[in-house]
Amino acid sequence: MRAIWLNSILLRPWLTLLISLLLVLASGFGAKNLYFRGDYRVFFAPDNPQKLAYEEMQRVFSKTDNVNITIAPDSNNVFSPDTLALIREYTDLAWQIPYSTRVDSIANFQHTSAEEDELLVEDLIPDAASMDAQQIADARKVALSEPNLVKKMIAPDAKVGVINIMLQLPEDDLTSAVKEISTYVRDLSQRMSEKYPGHAFYHTGVVFLNDAFATAAEEDSKTLVPGMFIAILLMLWLLLRSFTGMLATLVVIVATIGATMGVAGWLNIFMSTATVNVPTLVMTLAVADCVHVISSMLFALRQGKTKIEAIRYAMELNLMPVFITSVTTAIGFLTLNFSDVPILVHLGNLTALGIMLACVFSITVLPALLLLLPMRVAAKQKSQSGWMESFSEWVIHNHRRLLPLTIILTLGAVAATLKNEINDEASEYFSKATEFRQAADFQQDNISGMATVDFALYLGTPSALNKPDNLQLIQDFTNWLRSQPEVDHVSSISDTFKRLNKNMHGDDDSYYRLPQQQDLAAQYLLLYEMSLPFGLDLNNQVNLDKSATRVMVTMKNLGSKEYTAFENRAQAWMQQRAPAINMTAASPTLMFAHIGETNMDSMIRGTVLALVLISALLVVALRSWKMGAISLLPNLLPAGIGFGIWGLYSGQINMGLSVVMSMSLGIIVDDTVHFLAKYQRARKDGADATQAVRYAFSSVGRALFITTAVLVAGFGVLAMSNFAVNSNMGMLTGIIILVALAVDFLFLPAFLMVFDKQKTNTEDNADDTDKKLQTAH
Amino acid sequence: MIRTKSCKLLISALLSLLMVAQVQAQSAEEKGLAIAKERKSRDLGWQDSQADASMILRTANRQEIERRMRLLTLEMQDDGDKGLTIFDQPADVKGTAFLNYSHAVEPDEQWMYLPALKRVKRIASKNKSGPFMGSEFAFEDLSSFEVEKFSYKYLRDEKCDDQDCFVVEQIPAYEHSGYTRLVTWLDKAHYRAHKVEFYDRKNSLLKTLTMHDYQLYLDKYWRPMKLSMQNHQTRKSTDLVTHELSFRTGLTEDDFSQAALKRAR
Repeated sequence: MRAIWLNSILLRPWLTLLISLLLVLASGFGAKNLYFRGDYRVFFAPDNPQKLAYEEMQRVFSKTDNVNITIAPDSNNVFSPDTLALIREYTDLAWQIPYSTRVDSIANFQHTSAEEDELLVEDLIPDAASMDAQQIADARKVALSEPNLVKKMIAPDAKVGVINIMLQLPEDDLTSAVKEISTYVRDLSQRMSEKYPGHAFYHTGVVFLNDAFATAAEEDSKTLVPGMFIAILLMLWLLLRSFTGMLATLVVIVATIGATMGVAGWLNIFMSTATVNVPTLVMTLAVADCVHVISSMLFALRQGKTKIEAIRYAMELNLMPVFITSVTTAIGFLTLNFSDVPILVHLGNLTALGIMLACVFSITVLPALLLLLPMRVAAKQKSQSGWMESFSEWVIHNHRRLLPLTIILTLGAVAATLKNEINDEASEYFSKATEFRQAADFQQDNISGMATVDFALYLGTPSALNKPDNLQLIQDFTNWLRSQPEVDHVSSISDTFKRLNKNMHGDDDSYYRLPQQQDLAAQYLLLYEMSLPFGLDLNNQVNLDKSATRVMVTMKNLGSKEYTAFENRAQAWMQQRAPAINMTAASPTLMFAHIGETNMDSMIRGTVLALVLISALLVVALRSWKMGAISLLPNLLPAGIGFGIWGLYSGQINMGLSVVMSMSLGIIVDDTVHFLAKYQRARKDGADATQAVRYAFSSVGRALFITTAVLVAGFGVLAMSNFAVNSNMGMLTGIIILVALAVDFLFLPAFLMVFDKQKTNTEDNADDTDKKLQTAH
Repeated sequence: MIRTKSCKLLISALLSLLMVAQVQAQSAEEKGLAIAKERKSRDLGWQDSQADASMILRTANRQEIERRMRLLTLEMQDDGDKGLTIFDQPADVKGTAFLNYSHAVEPDEQWMYLPALKRVKRIASKNKSGPFMGSEFAFEDLSSFEVEKFSYKYLRDEKCDDQDCFVVEQIPAYEHSGYTRLVTWLDKAHYRAHKVEFYDRKNSLLKTLTMHDYQLYLDKYWRPMKLSMQNHQTRKSTDLVTHELSFRTGLTEDDFSQAALKRAR
C-alpha cells in the first residue's frame, strides 16, 4: 500500500504536480468568495443569550450605535470662545457624517428654561462668537449642573467636551459602512484641528470599536503574515542549508495556504480578526512536516545514497509520524468547535484543514519537487551532534535531583494558575500602541469609561410609565445606580420629569421633583415630546406604548467580573425593591463580559474530549496502555505550567486563551509521541530505562528541538499582534510549547528512569542494543 | 382687407410663437415656482376645517400604537395656517391641547394647555424639524403649504399613481429646517401631491410621504384621507388617518386664541 503510493509519486512526479496544481487552483479559486467582517458581533453566535437580549432591547428602544469624539483643548477649558466655536462648528458639520441620524453636544443641548408661563427651548451655545463672558459663564453653570451632560458631554472640571453622533448602521455591509464613517470622522477632525489649533481629538464609540477590530486584522495581515514568511525563510536556511529544500518547502506552504483559504471561500467562511492569522498558523505547522522530510533526505544524501533512494528513505521514515502528528494537531484545533465564539470555531476548522492539507502536500508535492529539482549533494557536514548527547548525559546523571526540582517547580507553577482571572473587555483587546486604546484610555482618564450597561424596566400595561409609583421606582433605581462606585453616568427619564416639573413651575428649584399624578406626568411627557429636536425622540428611553423605559449607564473601564457582579447587584436590588418588575440588562460590554466565562466552560469540555481522543490515539500509536497513561503527564503538565507562568505574567484570561489548552495539546503531543516511541522501541529491544532515554535523546532530541524552535517562532510572530485575543493566544501557546520541550527533556526522562523499573527481557546485552540503536540512526 | 387680415394673422401667429418660445425659455426654477403658485391658488378659500384623526405609529418591527386627536385648522391669508390639536387618546393626556401658528420662514408660535396643571404654556423654540408627538411627521411636514416656504425647481414629468405628474424639487427657505430638499410629485390635473421625498442634512433620503384616498370637499378642495410617512433610516413609519372631515364650520380667530385652548375639550 505504502509502496504503491510512493512509487506512483516517484515514477510520475510531473503528473503528481499537475494533479496537485489543479486541485490547488480549483480550491484556491474559492478565495474570490472571501470577504472580511470587522465588527464586534463576529465574536458572538446567533443564539448567544446576551446578544439576543441586546438585540431585543434594540428592537424595543432605538439603536445605540454611535461615534464619540472627545475634544481636549490645550487650555484645559472648554468654555473659552475658541473651543466653544469649535464644538459648535463640529456639531453642525457632524450632521454630514454618513449614516448619522443625530448629533449631540453641549452646543446643541436643548436647554429648557421658564419665564412665567413661557417655556424657552434653545441651544445652549447658539453661536459662540456672539456670546459675551457673562453668557459663557451662564452656559458653563447650566452645563456643569445638568445630569444629562456632566460626565457624558462635558467633564466635571470642564477640561474636555464630547460630541456624540448616533447612527443608523446598515445590517448587510457593516464593515464598509464602518470604514466610510471612520474615514469621514478622522478627516473632519483633521480639518477642525487645522482650523482650531491647540485641540486634540479622540475617537471612540461603537463605530470606532468596530473600526479597531478591522484595523487590528488589517495590521495583522499586513505585518504578521510577511513577518512569518521572513521568519520561516530564515529558519529554513538555518536548518536545511539547502536552496532547493527551502524552495520546495515554500511551494508546499503557498499551496497549503492557497488551498485552505480557497476552501474557506467555497464554504462561505468570512475573514475576521481571528481567521486572518490562519495563514500564519498553517505556515508554522506545515513547516515542521517539510523540515522532517527534507532533513531525513539530506541525512541520507550525506550518507552517500542516491537522490531517489534518499527520498524513499525520508518518506518511509516520516510517513507515519507526519500523519500521526498532523492528525493529533488537527484534533486539537477541531475541538475549537466547542467554543462559543464563531470566529474561533472558524480559526480551529480552517487551521485543522490547513494542517491536513499540509500533510497531504508534504507526502505528494514535496517528494515530487525534491525529485525534479536539482539538489546539490552537500559535502558531509561536520557532526553537530555532540551537544545533544552531552545534554542527555547531564539529564541522566542528574535525574534524581531533576525529578523533585521539576515537581516543585511544576507545583508552584500550577498553583500560580489560580492567579488567572477570566476577563474580556473589548477596549483591553487593543494594545496601548493602537489609536483606539489611547482614545479609550484618554476618555476614561478625563470624562468617563467606555463601558455601558443598559437596563430595560418592563412596567406592565401601556402608559404604566406615568404612574407615580413607577416613576418613584425609576428614580430610586437611578439614584442607587449613581451611588455605585463603578458608575460614571446614568441617563434616566426620571431626570427629565423632574426638570420639566421645575420648568413648569417657573424654574423653582423646590419643584425639581417627580410629578405626583399620572395625568400630569403624561402631559409633561407629551409636552416634552413636542419640544424634541430633529432626530431625537423618546424611543431612546421609552418604548412605543410607554410601558417600558430604558436606563442607560456609562461605567468605568473594568474587568468582566466587575461587570457581571454589577449586573447581578442591580438585579438583586430590583428583585428586592420591586419583585413584580421584569428588568433585563444588556449591552456590548455585558456580551463580552459573559463570553469569557461561557466560552471557558465550553472549552474545558472541548479540552477533555481532545485529551481523551488524543490519548486513545497515542495508545494505538504506541501500542501500549502503559505508555498511553505515562503520556498523560507530559501532555497535561505543559498547559498547567504555561497557565501558571501566565498567571504570574498577566493573570488575564481572554477568550483567545480559553482555546489555547486544547489547541496546544494537539501540538505538544507530537513531542511526547516522538520521545516515547523511541524510548519504547529501545525498551522493547532490551535496553533499560537509562539506555532507552539516551537513545531517545540521540535519535529525536535534535528534531524536537528544531520543531519547537519553528513553532515557538511562529507563535512568537502571532504574539506581536496588537490585538490581545491573537497576541495572548500566540504568546501562551508559544510558552506552552517551550515548556512542553522542557518537560520532555527534563521531567519525562527523570520520571521514566525513576518509575519505569520493570526488568527488560534481555538485560544482559542491553549495552550492545544501545550501541546498535545509536548507530542505526 | 384680406392682406391686413392675413397680416394680423401672421403677427398673432408670430406673437404666439414668441410666447411658446418664452414658455420654453422659462427656466426650471421659474416653472417650479409657477407650479407651486398654481398649487396654492387651487387651495385657497376653504376658510376652516375640523377633523377627527388617528396617528398610527409603528416601530421597525411593526409594533404599533394608535393615538386619537381632533385637528382644527383656520386658513390664514398671506401667512401659515393656525392649528389646534386636541388629544383624546391615550386617556392620561385627554384634553391636552396644542395650538400652533405656523409661519413660512419665521419660527412657529406654539402654546400647550395641560389640563392636569390647568395652565397654558407657551413653547418658544426655533425648532420646526422635531417630530410631532413622537411620530415620523415633523412639525414642518404637517403645516400648511405656503409658496414662500421653499425655492423651487421643476425636474421632470413622470407618471405617479397612474396620472401625469410634475416632479418638483423644493428647497426649504427656513434656516433651521431639518431638510436639504424635498422632491414632490404633483398630478397635473389637480395639482395634488401624491408623493414627497425628504432628504436630510447630508442629502440622504430620510423619509417618503405618500398620500392616499383623495376626497373632494366643497367641489373644489381635495384632501387625502391617509398620509403615510416611511422613515428609511430608522425603518419606523407613521400613518395619519382622517376619519371625518368638515369644512366651513364657522371657526374664527377666537377659537385659536390662548383663552380658547383652555376651553377646548
